[in-house]
Amino acid sequence: MRRTLGWVFVLPFVVMFAVFYLGPLLVGIGMSFTDMRSTDVADPLAVNVVGVDNYLRLMDDATMRKAAVNTVIFVLTCLPLTIGLALGAAVLLNSGIARLPAAFFRLGYYLPNITSIIGVAVAWKFLLEPEAGLVNRLLELVGLQGANWLQDESTALPSIIVMTAWRSFGFDMVVLLAGLQAIPRELYEAASVDGAGRWQRFRNVTLPGLKPVLLFCTVYSSIGFMQFMEEVLVMTRGGPLNSTISASLAIFNQFGAGNYGYAGAASTVLFTVIVALAVLQLRLGRQR
Amino acid sequence: MTRRQKAITYLGLSLGLLLVIGPFVWTALSSLKPESEIRRDPPTFWPETFTLDNFVELFERVNIGQSFVNSLIVALVLVASNVLLCSMVGYAFAKLPFRGKNLAFSLVMIQMAIPAIVLMTPQFVLIAKLGLVNTFAGIILPTLVGPLGVFMMRQFMQELPDELIHAARVDGAGEFRIFFRIILPLCGPPLATLGLITFLGAWNNFLWPAVVAQSEDMYTLPVALNILNGHEGTHYNLLVAGSVVVIAPILFIFIFLQRYFVQGIATTGIK
Repeated sequence: MRRTLGWVFVLPFVVMFAVFYLGPLLVGIGMSFTDMRSTDVADPLAVNVVGVDNYLRLMDDATMRKAAVNTVIFVLTCLPLTIGLALGAAVLLNSGIARLPAAFFRLGYYLPNITSIIGVAVAWKFLLEPEAGLVNRLLELVGLQGANWLQDESTALPSIIVMTAWRSFGFDMVVLLAGLQAIPRELYEAASVDGAGRWQRFRNVTLPGLKPVLLFCTVYSSIGFMQFMEEVLVMTRGGPLNSTISASLAIFNQFGAGNYGYAGAASTVLFTVIVALAVLQLRLGRQR
Repeated sequence: MTRRQKAITYLGLSLGLLLVIGPFVWTALSSLKPESEIRRDPPTFWPETFTLDNFVELFERVNIGQSFVNSLIVALVLVASNVLLCSMVGYAFAKLPFRGKNLAFSLVMIQMAIPAIVLMTPQFVLIAKLGLVNTFAGIILPTLVGPLGVFMMRQFMQELPDELIHAARVDGAGEFRIFFRIILPLCGPPLATLGLITFLGAWNNFLWPAVVAQSEDMYTLPVALNILNGHEGTHYNLLVAGSVVVIAPILFIFIFLQRYFVQGIATTGIK
């Protein structure tokens, strides 16, 4: 009797998983091999099977290719920026300053992380506004020429990257801080006795000690960054000239246009890439 | 650390804090300025004229009050369901022996790993087939039992002593009675963390509510703000005020209950 009781307790989760996650995931993959459109929702079985046509179309779609390139650029630049900021902040907070101010700074740095991304993106759109925005005004004060940040093809994506790093680093910082505090003090003392300077202690004690935590931050953040979308939706809607369109936004647009089969194919590709990247990172991280 | 090093550390940290908090302060101050002052060159830092007109206009013109109430309803229902269901499910994973437990638990991990955008289209088709488009049920159902919550509660409940449960069984208590009367009362702090994380996630969630809510009376705050942002010629005074309405409640909660947030990251991220 007690053997079945466990299932009674986990039933709510299992049922919801089957209905709202596993089912849709499989249906989504199936959908990607059909020409399903929003108008087919009334009778989903009436769609035509088109094989891998949607996947072939993806490769020829200039917008999708641009979205893929932007997503790669975004992950490759935002990831080191975010983790670098987080590591810098964590090391400073752990360098022996008093507990109360350390807690205060940690609280402040973590703040952007818990606020609504739509709210934050709107606020930043205002900050970066060429005429009324604070950023250009401050640059003017120090004699620099501001830019039309979000309307210029060359500055739009970098602006969004900086904003995302600003918003994200607090989470990694808290995780890294916990990792730093777990490194035994004796290791540092032993290194000092051996005559290691500050930089050598950082390279040979801190970094190796942080490896598992850094791996967690890398995998976790890249999964998130691969899906970036809301920032772009609010700030540029993918423009100018698709210079900021992301993979998720391109899929969202296809969904909005009612091309469900095509959106399904693009999501299946994105999902596969995200899983493959996570597995690859974990493999590499464990080897080294 | 020498005094000089300490001074440099504090200087660096303060400069960083200014860059992190600055945008929030600027946005909050701007929301209290009249539109003409927002656009003035050079800009004022401290508002010359304090006004609540932007907020009044937001409530009258785009019915942001309704969206606020909707966000609150969605978030509170999800907090209640997650606190109850995640702790039940987490308890079974931590303390009850049953066949297929490892398989069932791997489903929790899988659900955490599936990106939202991948599920969006088929989940929407499902909700449409169920006739739940543009309803609260449609917005709420998929996140009724979050995998993160299940994971967190399992981690915590594993630490509770088994003797507690054995003793209660010897005394003849039923399994549900044990769960509600003995286990749950011991889970105060993790339940508070779970409630907070759920509230935060629900309050900030954008993608799914944006897809399900299709008329103004169903919009949650982020959806309403995004729609306002999309209107051509929307004035910054309204956008900035809207941004404050979305962000401010979370800031208040965060400042008063921050220790539970940090506990949350510690249990989910590190273990």
